[in-house]
Amino acid sequence: MSDLESFRAETRVWLEANCPPEMRKPVRDEADVYWGGRNATFKNDAQKAWFEVCRDKGYTVPEWPKEYGGAGLSPAEGKVLRQEMARIGARPPLSSFGIWMLGPALLHFGTEGQKKRFLNEIAAGEIRWCQGYSEPGSGSDLVSMQTFGEDKGDHWVVNGQKIWTSYADEADWIFCLVRTDKQNKYQGITFMLFDMAGDGVSTKPIKLISGNSPFCETFFDDVEVPKSYGEDCPGYVGEINRGWDVAKYLLGHEREMISGAGGGDRTAAIGAALKRNAGEIDPVLRAELAQFDVDALAYSAMGEKFLDELKVGKAHPAQPNMMKYAGTELNKRRHELMMAAGGSRALEWESEETGGGKGARNWLRTKANSIEGGTSEVMLNVISKRILDLPGA
Amino acid sequence: MPLYYDDDQAMLAETAQQFMAEEGAIAKQLRHWRDRDCKDGFGHGLWKQFAEMGFTGMLVDEDDGGLGMGHVEAGIVLENIGRNLTPSPFLSSSVLAVTALKHGSDDVRGRWLPGLIEGEKVYSVAIDEGAKHRPETIACKAEKSGNGFRLSGKKDFVVYGASSEMIVVAARTSGDDSDSDGITLFAVPQDADGMSHDSVRLVDSSMASHVAFDGVELDGDAVIGEVDGGREVLNAMLMAGRVGASAEGVGVAQGAMDMTVDYLKQRKQFGKLIGEFQALQHRAAHLYSEVEIARAVTIKAAQLLDGGSEKADLMASVAKAKVAKAAGLAVKEGVQMHGGIGMTDEYDIGLYMKRDRALQEFLGDQYYHAGRVAEMSGY
Ligand SMILES: Cc1cc2nc3c(=O)[nH]c(=O)nc-3n(C[C@H](O)[C@H](O)[C@H](O)COP(=O)(O)OP(=O)(O)OC[C@H]3O[C@@H](n4cnc5c(N)ncnc54)[C@H](O)[C@@H]3O)c2cc1C
Ligand SMILES: Cc1cc2nc3c(=O)[nH]c(=O)nc-3n(C[C@H](O)[C@H](O)[C@H](O)COP(=O)(O)OP(=O)(O)OC[C@H]3O[C@@H](n4cnc5c(N)ncnc54)[C@H](O)[C@@H]3O)c2cc1C
Repeated sequence: MSDLESFRAETRVWLEANCPPEMRKPVRDEADVYWGGRNATFKNDAQKAWFEVCRDKGYTVPEWPKEYGGAGLSPAEGKVLRQEMARIGARPPLSSFGIWMLGPALLHFGTEGQKKRFLNEIAAGEIRWCQGYSEPGSGSDLVSMQTFGEDKGDHWVVNGQKIWTSYADEADWIFCLVRTDKQNKYQGITFMLFDMAGDGVSTKPIKLISGNSPFCETFFDDVEVPKSYGEDCPGYVGEINRGWDVAKYLLGHEREMISGAGGGDRTAAIGAALKRNAGEIDPVLRAELAQFDVDALAYSAMGEKFLDELKVGKAHPAQPNMMKYAGTELNKRRHELMMAAGGSRALEWESEETGGGKGARNWLRTKANSIEGGTSEVMLNVISKRILDLPGA
Repeated sequence: MPLYYDDDQAMLAETAQQFMAEEGAIAKQLRHWRDRDCKDGFGHGLWKQFAEMGFTGMLVDEDDGGLGMGHVEAGIVLENIGRNLTPSPFLSSSVLAVTALKHGSDDVRGRWLPGLIEGEKVYSVAIDEGAKHRPETIACKAEKSGNGFRLSGKKDFVVYGASSEMIVVAARTSGDDSDSDGITLFAVPQDADGMSHDSVRLVDSSMASHVAFDGVELDGDAVIGEVDGGREVLNAMLMAGRVGASAEGVGVAQGAMDMTVDYLKQRKQFGKLIGEFQALQHRAAHLYSEVEIARAVTIKAAQLLDGGSEKADLMASVAKAKVAKAAGLAVKEGVQMHGGIGMTDEYDIGLYMKRDRALQEFLGDQYYHAGRVAEMSGY
């Protein structure tokens, strides 16, 4: 048996022994997702047990080095673990912007001190992070952002407003883009890290068309951000005024994540399941479903190829933009078809049967997929310029 | 297995790309033979060169004198064929016919494989019996007769049929037209009495035949595989052909897209390069995404097929359907974005559109395969 095969065998045994049956069911609502943080509560014992056993094994962030709370798995082992978890339908033990976004940026740009502290906190689910990029006047044109940090020697005083900050009201810390040089557009932004419990930070929820409101406007009113949190632990990532590099790197990870490149629900075929639920399917809908399944199955092959290539450095650096574009457009189509197949039942906004309009709310939520993390139009711009090398603007 | 080429495959890709761009180029092959109204629709000289490159027998087992390679490798050759629109019997001979012949007896293999490997012979396959690909139904009959069989019926869309030394024919030896059992495959030699070709040039300037079998007497040793048990071989052949056609389609899509993106960078209107217009940039970027996804699923299907996976059949249909969508988009956008010049015979972009149309029909179009995907998924 090769090392990888024996790893797979071990993993199966481990998952069998440690993943509670309740954690092998599809995520049905927000409470099924564990986000960690200072104020976190578990929905039930199974969720707690599953999280703790994964944390102890380093499986909240399997491919991070052991000294930062990971399991130090190789990319190939990481893939096996994902496959084996997918095989039994295991839920992720911990979801977090710290894992998906800040972590990779710190692994790449962070100091040793930052990695030791922040990565371990993320891996252990102790601190919940949110992302402060967008501003009311700066969405797609992110670099035009205005939130300003005035240099006061050992700290900055930050003033301004962010918008669309996902889960800001539940987050402990924020990674935040702050302008520190007004003259210099690209090289005048610093990527700061600070505690949301500090003075001057406030949030206000934004209600979405799905009826949920996990988003906030975030206000900074004379917030003091230290330049250092101790030895070798700056309060910013990368260099002062060079935060745009970090932001761009991190956006790559964000897009990769939103694209659903790792597989899972977003790229799965749906025809068979809908047939089971809906029974009779009109011929034209069946044809649409079949066309969708072709695209979905092809996209999941693309996801696999993309991740394989990413690991060995063969992927084009702008490829996450393509994955994000295609993956999010696909996911929107998927939910349109699910609504169509669901008929009037799928319209029920509040009923036991539909889990409180789960399907309808999810359908509406997916409309953000092609907006959040950069819109589809912006993705196409990036592909045009960076991959196809088309001229102009 | 990771979804990219390993070192050997990457080397083959480089070799095939260079070879096809030089020897298989549009001016040198497609236009050359088309403008001479060549009755074969392809050049035998190039086929010889394919043999010298080791392409013709790449899927043949080493014991039979081939290279024992897989469908990922055949796909590499096909992608480059597609990119250059190289007219070649590679898909019908070296992929489809070879897949069938692999199931043949020692005698069958000994009789047909060497000539193919050497680039002396060209083969084709006769499956369809109408304008659309419906291999579930086979009416062409082979009745027992003496030691052998007597073949009667007709086949359509036999690509390069009239130029072939041998045609693999799927015929019914028992049961009703739409039974899955009762199919037998035969290797029918070119000179068989009672076989006639009505050859026609297709839109892409390739040649295909309507073949009629009027009581063609076949020896028992014309049988490939088991009598009445040919469905399995036929399915294997179809899978290989579909994955191969997908790879060629990826090449067609890539070739058309490359031409188009180049054109966007050269053509000026309204005082700007037309590639500066966002309306065109977005369509080009969308097209790029579709072509990449089509390529990924094609490699995936080829790997599954090489690995003998149960999922190969499903993924072959996904690939064929997805490639048809992506390549169809590539050629349509290609002609449109070339403006008026795209409508001229002088420019190659229209040739891509024609080849794509033919390739779409070959072994089932996107609707047929999307239908199969639905069926295999249980709805
Ligand atoms: C659910 C959700 C969660 C989010 N989470 C976060 C978060 O946690 N943190 C955070 O910082 N931000 C977050 N965002 C913000 C998100 O990044 C922005 O909404 C996004 O970048 C688009 O910006 P905008 O909304 O200002 O739209 P605009 O930039 O105003 O765009 C409006 C329209 O114009 C188009 N457009 C704009 N520029 C161009 C161009 N150059 N070419 C062609 N078309 C163009 C856009 O594609 C869009 O269709 C979130 C957004 C949503 C919806
Ligand atoms: C069959 C045929 C018959 C014709 N008959 C005649 C005739 O009888 N008399 C005559 O005078 N002409 C005739 N024409 C010419 C026809 O009017 C032009 O082909 C047409 O105007 C397009 O111009 P073009 O070919 O130079 O393409 P281009 O203008 O070079 O366009 C190339 C591509 O760029 C796109 N594009 C160009 N500008 C923009 C922009 N600003 N924004 C976004 N996209 C843009 C176009 O839509 C096209 O996709 C004929 C053309 C054809 C094909």
